[in-house]
Amino acid sequence: MSTKVAEIFETMAYGPAPEQSDYVQEWLDGHPDGFDLFIGGKWVAPEDKKKTIESRDPATGKPLARFSIAGKADVDKAVEAAQKGFAKWSKLSGHQRARHLYALARLIQKNSRFLSVLESMDNGKPIRETRDLDIPLAARHFYHHAGWAQLMDSELAGYEPLGVVGQVIPWNFPLLMMAWKIAPAIAAGNCVVLKPAEYTSLTALYFAEMCREAGLPDGVVNIITGAGDTGEMLVRHEAVTKIAFTGSTDVGRLIRKATAGTGKKLTLELGGKSPFLVFDDADLDSTVEGLVDAIWFNQGQVCCAGSRLLVEEGVADRLIEKVKHRLNHFRLGSPLDKAVDMGAIVDPVQRDRIDSLVNQSVTEGAVKWQPDVPCPTEGCYYLPTLLTDVSPANVAAREEIFGPVLTVTTFRTLAEATELANNSRYGLSASVWSENINRALEIAGMVKAGVVWINCTNQFDAACGFGGYRESGFGREGGREGMFEYLKRSDEWRKSGSDIVDNAKLPEISTKHVDVIDRTPKNYIGGKQKRPDGGNSLAVAGHDGKFVGRVGDGNRKDIRDAVEAAFKAEGWSKATAHNRAQILYYIAENLSIREEEFAQRLSLLTGASAKAAKAEVDASIARLFSYGAWADKFDGLVHTPPMRNIALAMNEPLGVMGVVCPDTAPLLSFISLIAPHLAMGNRSVVIPSQRYPLIATDFYQVLETSDVPSGAINIVTGDREGLAKVLAQHDQLDGIWYFGSAEGSEMVERLSADNLKRTWVNNGKARDWASNTQGEGRQFLREATQVKNVWLPYGD
Amino acid sequence: MSEQKVTHLTPHDNRQPYGVGHNLIVRNEGIPFDAGLVEDIRINLSAVERRVASLKGRRTVKKDWQAAWLLKAISCIDLTTLSGDDTPGRVRRLCAKAKAPIRADLVEALGVADKNITVGAVCVYHEMVATAVEALTGTNIPVAAVSTGFPAGLSPFHLRLAEIQESVAAGAKEIDIVITRRHVLTSNWQALYEEVKAFRDACGDAHIKAILATGELGSASKVAKASMVAMMAGADFIKTSTGMEKVNATQPVSLIMMRAIRDYYERTGFKIGYKPAGGISTAKDAVQYLIMVKEELGTDWLDPDLFRFGASRLLTDIERQLEHFVTGRYSAAHRHPMG
Repeated sequence: MSTKVAEIFETMAYGPAPEQSDYVQEWLDGHPDGFDLFIGGKWVAPEDKKKTIESRDPATGKPLARFSIAGKADVDKAVEAAQKGFAKWSKLSGHQRARHLYALARLIQKNSRFLSVLESMDNGKPIRETRDLDIPLAARHFYHHAGWAQLMDSELAGYEPLGVVGQVIPWNFPLLMMAWKIAPAIAAGNCVVLKPAEYTSLTALYFAEMCREAGLPDGVVNIITGAGDTGEMLVRHEAVTKIAFTGSTDVGRLIRKATAGTGKKLTLELGGKSPFLVFDDADLDSTVEGLVDAIWFNQGQVCCAGSRLLVEEGVADRLIEKVKHRLNHFRLGSPLDKAVDMGAIVDPVQRDRIDSLVNQSVTEGAVKWQPDVPCPTEGCYYLPTLLTDVSPANVAAREEIFGPVLTVTTFRTLAEATELANNSRYGLSASVWSENINRALEIAGMVKAGVVWINCTNQFDAACGFGGYRESGFGREGGREGMFEYLKRSDEWRKSGSDIVDNAKLPEISTKHVDVIDRTPKNYIGGKQKRPDGGNSLAVAGHDGKFVGRVGDGNRKDIRDAVEAAFKAEGWSKATAHNRAQILYYIAENLSIREEEFAQRLSLLTGASAKAAKAEVDASIARLFSYGAWADKFDGLVHTPPMRNIALAMNEPLGVMGVVCPDTAPLLSFISLIAPHLAMGNRSVVIPSQRYPLIATDFYQVLETSDVPSGAINIVTGDREGLAKVLAQHDQLDGIWYFGSAEGSEMVERLSADNLKRTWVNNGKARDWASNTQGEGRQFLREATQVKNVWLPYGD
Repeated sequence: MSEQKVTHLTPHDNRQPYGVGHNLIVRNEGIPFDAGLVEDIRINLSAVERRVASLKGRRTVKKDWQAAWLLKAISCIDLTTLSGDDTPGRVRRLCAKAKAPIRADLVEALGVADKNITVGAVCVYHEMVATAVEALTGTNIPVAAVSTGFPAGLSPFHLRLAEIQESVAAGAKEIDIVITRRHVLTSNWQALYEEVKAFRDACGDAHIKAILATGELGSASKVAKASMVAMMAGADFIKTSTGMEKVNATQPVSLIMMRAIRDYYERTGFKIGYKPAGGISTAKDAVQYLIMVKEELGTDWLDPDLFRFGASRLLTDIERQLEHFVTGRYSAAHRHPMG
């Protein structure tokens, strides 16, 4: 040893620092026949024992273990076990569930090193990351959600669990994603069937053993292994009430389509192409390490990786030089070495995909740079890569590469930076680097992203919601906002009945001449009354089937124009909450002036008694007041993650919304559906009741006198289902609310899959619009907004 | 050995090395005061802290590597005694330890007898300089004197200059000066520049190590700015603390100062040394500092000419760890000769 020490004394080189892994290997060796499925608290052999999947160590290519492929019968069995478990689990008190979650948190901690090593071997990520991030954060999620179980009765009163939840998770953070999924689900009282990714199922299988050790009741957590087919069976299973998926946007779309119309709740946490914005007043040396944490974390296999560096032109060269300097002493190597920056790519398939995207990017004009550092020749590795001269059209600027590849683009101004940042179909996260808090907070508000990290990146905590805008998916994981994804209001819908009038049952409309001056309302688009594009109108009957007037027969071009007008009315989303409240009160004021007229119209159209009609108008005025009140009260939260940091959870408007109204209580339901959007700052395109459209067209005269900015609300009358279809297919729309038939609900959800707009549909069910629980309140506001978590570390 | 030192010089370094033995590096000539360089500095403390935390998990050394790195740490120690009750006898004992910091049998077992490993310097008050110089005669170990009204630095300016000159005359090869914190706290960078420049001039051929007293500067960016100004004014080393402040050397502050050194090097080609002082007492801490130096400044800086630990207790812990490496048994402090 002696010469060696003397030699190192001169070179001051690093040596190997291997993490011990023999005891993990021993556990793996203890399963020579592979792993069965974990169903109903027991290990159950799959129906087809011949088909198995082999898990390999990406660092060596050596096989680690074999596990089962769950088929249809196995999925059925698992769901049944979960249903059985649910009967008991959901009846436990919050405190009893909290004790179980606490036990799981403790067990993860007690097995933390084992889990870290196993995860590192299975996935290829450095032991530093599993040990310092994946595993502690997984434990943290169970601790945090033990707390929600404990507090559910008081803090989430009126909500109940959904039933059996199907969860499908990716391979990039196997145990952590499992914790993100299981902890809130079972805290809320659901039972889960979880399918880990086929590359990385081992920590989930070990966790199954831990569930037994923790004494978790049978059926609460079921873990079935397999590939995409197994996942699809789970997604399509009729008894599953909710799907939570983390993975690629393409698969997310398939799931959206497969669950359309089923009434299954859905959370999708999908891909990203997240911007990393650097201004000329950033701490550049820290920014370099920020980039290392952003794109060279977990080999870049992170959905929220800051993969697009957008840097102010004046400091671009200096920053790139610093990045290259840093990468020139980057260390790649065995994931179990305690002195590496990056480990192995999960599988050769992924590495080839990364390489092919990089090559394509170079063909399209990008300049590739990789450091001259040692790269293991065995195993699945990819050097950290810089792509400069990347135009916004380059494949590397648009497609998620899911590897250690950073693109570089420069900008001149904050406005241009924002535009570049938002020039993406995705909207998962953004990282902003500047020492000017004014600048940083301004851009935090402007970027379309579910998470914004100021002067930091890839920060996660169980108390803070995580999830995307746009095609990065919807729903949040973590915090109070994440709990709602696993709960429903016990009294959300009426027990029976429908909110739409069956048009087929209507008597034929007599269009005999009526001796009044013709008054054919037009569409209301961009603050103006616009003749329908098709030049046609539809007759409207009163309650007795007699002709009472005509409305425009809107078509797809009218929807196009209305969406365009709504899109341009961006000012409304930036208006102050006080200003929005004022407008809502003003609308109420003007409606009250015309109370009698609206009541008469309601009676004429719906046959409501004078008293009932007056009550509906009064309720509508009250509802406008409610949302005037809510406009400045639907406050966000300030989360306090366990670091010197605050995370501002801000409720932001979704943007441009489609609203498809039901027929019941045509004035009140119309108001109930447009007022929350006005209150939260959305701009809407509204398709009013097909049976009673005149109520809505009368109403735009109220809007015209109430200082509602043009484009904030647009009304297009006509064939409801046909127009809803155009809305659902419109890629500029950020969300759509549909209150019509079950078939229409299915259609809206299915067609929304293309741009993954947020949907809220009634699945043909009815609401009691007059009630304050079903007709208004926080649920409407939550469906009208999305939460953006802005992380703001501080200290000087 | 001197040939090897010359390889540290970069293309920018076109001057002849100074002296023999230690302190072979080309000296920083300083540059004219440039307010822009100071004003452009941006430090994000949270991000700095995250880098420090992450680095601990990114790099480590084990076994032979750890032993070699610990030996390097010893060679970078400014073995220090700064007490009101220092006596010639105490200082001579310290110097003896400086010359032979590791037990001979361990040196032999580690196979580094021919490296002639000593500490980097012995650091004392002016009154003890002559004693230390005499005790270290025949070695290359320089004597460093803390100076300029150490630790507060508030004695009359002309006396502070005179103090430097007297220590140099007494044989000190390095002078650890303290800056006037007031200049930093009031952002009077020009005044700080002139003060350090005057101190450097007073040092003559002795190297100047500028103590910034970072624990009293109030913010992370002030630390970076003070570092830059001291280097502009010609400091050969920048040093965190006197060891007497409430907060002394910390890793975040070290990262900030090292990055300032890198920045200055990139702009001027001069390599400035770094000396964290106060509170570094374990072998583990020492290795983490060395790793930070290697990562942020490069292997060139892992050399007593460019890196020192200001420490009095550190050596004992390193000796114990080295014995553990050699024997496989946990050691005890009393098995190693005290300084």
